Amino acid sequence: MAVLPPNVSQQQFDAAIERLKSVVGDEWVFTSDADIHAYRDHFSYIKDQPNELIPCAAVGPDSVEQVQAIVRIANEFKIPLYSISTGKNFAYGGPSPNVRGSLTVDLKRMDRVLEVDDKRNFALVEPGVSYIDLYNYIQERGLKVWVDTPDPGWGSPIGNALDHGIGYTLGPYRDHFSAHCGMEVVLPDGEILRTGMGAMPTSDSWQEYKHGFGPDPAGLFGQGNFGIVTKMGFRLMPQPEHWRNGLVTVPRRQDFIAMVDTVNYLTDLGMIGEPWYSGGLQALMNNTEFAEAANDFNEEEMDRQALAAGLPSWRVELQFYGSEGTTLANWEYAKELMARNIPGVQFTDGESLPVPLTDEQIQKSSTPYESAMRRNITQGRPGLGIWYMTGRTDFNPNAWNETHIGLFSLVGRGGEAVFQAQRDFADISRRLDMPGFFPNSLAVPVNWYQNSFLMGNGFGAAKGNSPQQKKDATRLLRRLLEENAKLGYGDYRAPPILQDDVADQYSFNNNILRRFNEKLKNAIDPNGIISPGRAGIWPEAYADLRGALRED
Amino acid sequence: MGLTLVASTQIALAQDSDAAVRGKAKFDHSCAPCHGKGPGDDGREMLPGTHSLKIKYGDTLPAALEDRTDLTSEVISVFVRMGAWSMPPFRKTELSDKEIDDIASYIAVSSRAGN
Repeated sequence: MAVLPPNVSQQQFDAAIERLKSVVGDEWVFTSDADIHAYRDHFSYIKDQPNELIPCAAVGPDSVEQVQAIVRIANEFKIPLYSISTGKNFAYGGPSPNVRGSLTVDLKRMDRVLEVDDKRNFALVEPGVSYIDLYNYIQERGLKVWVDTPDPGWGSPIGNALDHGIGYTLGPYRDHFSAHCGMEVVLPDGEILRTGMGAMPTSDSWQEYKHGFGPDPAGLFGQGNFGIVTKMGFRLMPQPEHWRNGLVTVPRRQDFIAMVDTVNYLTDLGMIGEPWYSGGLQALMNNTEFAEAANDFNEEEMDRQALAAGLPSWRVELQFYGSEGTTLANWEYAKELMARNIPGVQFTDGESLPVPLTDEQIQKSSTPYESAMRRNITQGRPGLGIWYMTGRTDFNPNAWNETHIGLFSLVGRGGEAVFQAQRDFADISRRLDMPGFFPNSLAVPVNWYQNSFLMGNGFGAAKGNSPQQKKDATRLLRRLLEENAKLGYGDYRAPPILQDDVADQYSFNNNILRRFNEKLKNAIDPNGIISPGRAGIWPEAYADLRGALRED
Repeated sequence: MGLTLVASTQIALAQDSDAAVRGKAKFDHSCAPCHGKGPGDDGREMLPGTHSLKIKYGDTLPAALEDRTDLTSEVISVFVRMGAWSMPPFRKTELSDKEIDDIASYIAVSSRAGN
């Protein structure tokens, strides 16, 4: 399985490995097949194929100085690097690089929580710190701040934020990249850059004012390949005193429009946490007559059958953070607004609980309605409970989800836009013969990012696990992305095998965005050593690899 | 009963090596989020790894790793380094060989103590 970096001889590679060992110690340079195995994407669509994205080796630095030295060695030997933090970006490539034969810079050993301040509400961490680590650090010290965690908590706040990951509490904290405040980066030439107030050596505000003075390059390091981030600050949500939830249901399909408008209003006034939308009619899909109406978008018939079954067309579960009094007032206000805007809307009070919730309250909802809300992540409690989705369950006792990929398209944050997307996605999936993931008139958006909706349209689309089936599935996903883009639906995140495809679709003015980024890339990283190909940004040195993964 | 079990494990740990104490800390950090004995999320009876092994082994082996008497360091290494089903492999930067030895020491104690 051993692979060499592109255009690097065995002799040069061996020499580079010796140099790396002199920097980090023999113990932290990994070259054997057995060690490299853990740097592969466990859920890859191209596992064991000749183009699988396997690194040539991995190196585990313990300090910024070691990262600088590694970058300089990579420049000298023209070896492409790919940095990982905790390496858990599963569904988006895991720890695997964009270029086969890259040297993985494994930052897991840099796992220090440098500061958490629960009066000024921020943290400063290194890349190897996981959400679980940061949570434990806060709990052990009794600090009164929360971590906004993605679903699996073994990932890194830095890695997740840099791939534009999301969480589930209040809007400003759910967008993890936007919630960052100040970063330290080792640039492609080995120099160290600090953004925001970190650029002023004497400032006390690095984690409080991210813009500093002049252009802020921080955005280049998110889904980018302009440097290796070695420290990052995050704004943290203060622990609220109270949490409350409640359910809103509306009778007719078209009521979704006013429902979304009202939720947007409450969201943008900072009165609610993440709203959880769900369809109220999924149970009727077993009824052939209803399923036919739903697949045909026959709204009149859907409304008729919903009414006959006594079921709401849509549900949204709201949650409130604050004091007992303010959460109640906000819930009452939400009810008042909804009632003003939607005839026939109904409400069910949920739970009203002092924070922190007990383990029992986290583990099991006693809400007087069927709740879709995953309680631990709404409370900033990282864990791995969600991993059941990938593995052996009572419903899936003899197989596991070998191809794990997540595609979510941006959709306008309005009810009409969602309706249009439902029709478009249904039409596309029919044309592409993707019945296994068949969006229909019941599909709902997620409001992970406060200001936008995402709708899933490609999660686990593989039709089997043989190499040919995986190849066919990948081809299908590429076509799906193309068709989505024609109608304006772009993805926010993608694994390396699809990053060129997604980047192609951000094509305004002859792909000026990518051309601009590549101009910068070539200027800042003339040898193209930092993660070439990441987000479709290919430096000149590796330009011939653009789109190479499309060739089967 | 829970308190009795915790106490018996603590006594066993106190009587055992530092390795088992270190192993418990590492187990709690790196293994327990999926393979612990606690309930899963959203009202699920078990955490995903424990549930998966319950389905796999039925009544022939305990579902919780801390109750297993057959998990030597070598056996744990195979699963940790290779991965198994939806559990991805763990890198040496996450879990060193020595830490795997420590975890094996802890599991030897916890399974003996009937934890």
